[in-house]
Amino acid sequence: MAKRIEDLKVIGNKRLNNDFFVLELSGNDKIPDFKPGQFAQVRVDGSPETFLRRPISIHDVDYERNTFKLLIQIAGKGTGALSKLRNGDFLNLIYPLGNSFGLPVENERVLLVGGGCGVAPLLFLGKYLRSNGYIPDILLGFRNSEQIIEFEEYLKIGNVFLTTEDGSKGEKGYVTNHSILLTGRYKRIYCCGPDSMMRAIAGYCKKNNIACEVSLENLMACGIGVCLCCIIDTIKGNLCTCIDGPVFNINELKW
Amino acid sequence: MVNLGFSIGDLHFKNPVLTASGTFGYGSEFDDFLDVSRLGGIVVKGTTIEPREGNLYPRMAETASGMLNAVGLQNKGIDYFEKNIYPRISGYNTNIIVNINGSYIDDYVALAERINRLEKIPAIELNISCPNVKMGGMAFGTNLDSAREVTRAVRAVYAKKLIVKLSPNVTNVVDFAKVVEEEGADSISLINTLLGMLVDVEKMRPALSTITGGLSGPAIKPIALRMVWQVAKTVRIPVIGIGGIMTTSDALEFFLAGASAVQIGTASFIDPQAPVKILEGIENYLIKKGFSDIKEIIGYINRTT
Repeated sequence: MAKRIEDLKVIGNKRLNNDFFVLELSGNDKIPDFKPGQFAQVRVDGSPETFLRRPISIHDVDYERNTFKLLIQIAGKGTGALSKLRNGDFLNLIYPLGNSFGLPVENERVLLVGGGCGVAPLLFLGKYLRSNGYIPDILLGFRNSEQIIEFEEYLKIGNVFLTTEDGSKGEKGYVTNHSILLTGRYKRIYCCGPDSMMRAIAGYCKKNNIACEVSLENLMACGIGVCLCCIIDTIKGNLCTCIDGPVFNINELKW
Repeated sequence: MVNLGFSIGDLHFKNPVLTASGTFGYGSEFDDFLDVSRLGGIVVKGTTIEPREGNLYPRMAETASGMLNAVGLQNKGIDYFEKNIYPRISGYNTNIIVNINGSYIDDYVALAERINRLEKIPAIELNISCPNVKMGGMAFGTNLDSAREVTRAVRAVYAKKLIVKLSPNVTNVVDFAKVVEEEGADSISLINTLLGMLVDVEKMRPALSTITGGLSGPAIKPIALRMVWQVAKTVRIPVIGIGGIMTTSDALEFFLAGASAVQIGTASFIDPQAPVKILEGIENYLIKKGFSDIKEIIGYINRTT
């Protein structure tokens, strides 16, 4: 799929809580056929401290309206500046970038696991799975009930299970402690979240012989396989998260 | 029509906008964004005899108006280059230059001999300035005797155009320029990255796995420009300016200070179309100012000051 560099119009900026917001962007031409797991390199102008582009997952796609969404966590000056964008502003993107999650094998029961900003690619993945005939379950982990975002959106896709670290909603603890993992019903897990969460889920999947893909969030400069900064150590040597990933089968990783 | 061409000896470049090693891959990564054949030349990723995995992650950190990298010359080695990359890139209608690196002088010599045989590679860039490898690299470019020795050894076996890429991490860059010119370099490119570091205050540790790395981007442009100016008025061979060029105006500063050509580096990470935009901007500037040949502005500031 050809990569594009474009100025796209912001047509929505919805604040979800203190940390998260969703930008909706309108395509100039017909938006590309995105694959779940892909991302965009977003340019942030206006400050010497936001020099590089920010890699942001494609969160949701609406082909009828020719729009797509980015779920962004305010982590620093770059994402802070993006949170202040208004309808009608333009944002420069290089997209679509990266590989994608693979489809399940027929009749496999699948689970999506996400936490924090890692929930971003899972909404689009869930919708993509639904449109391909799968009804995934979804397990989301947050620090507390106030951090829970877009719960209703995920409910439209499948059963949603929650954990919070303080027990204020769902089961108390981390996603890896949730009781649904004890059922043994899942044959495939897709995971995106903090490094510690993905490693824990990968460990669980390896132990129980469950197919698993994770989406990594390594620091990157270019996003197109040139700078070789976002590397991950794999059984094939160093691979670039931006072009060989961001989605990796856990069997490829040296976790 | 404006003449944008320049030459290193009898090697002609259709325009003076090249891409810097390590920032443009092998060209094809940019095919979706620009026509690589419009560029004056591309300097491909630093190549070594043996495949290298480079340094551990994290090897990049953003800084004010720039970035630090400590990639450490990750590449698949000369055999892979010759077999898999060379056939692919030699289709571009532009000068393909290979940036060569080694731990020992013998490595540089062996690479130069190998690349000398590749018909479609008219020049090499001798990298004696990589700050991110434990052996070789910058060690050659920060000691006058070593710089002389490696340039002499490569010159003896390499018949085509030899560009030597200098390190800014020295007391007097002009001394190094003189030495490599004396040893037969056809051109000098500068600057490579400046050695720097960043500490992650939250994690209370260095941001890079290697602690130090090479600083690039607009943060280093004034230093690069000063060094290019110093070198260009001292040597007779063409000087290629590198360092933080993001815009047409940045590139023009280097020409006015004495560079015959420029390399666009980190800018390509932020705008993959930057090299072509800068090329178009240079042409427009010359037309607007009434010049018919870019040579008329090279070193212009030295005529008036």
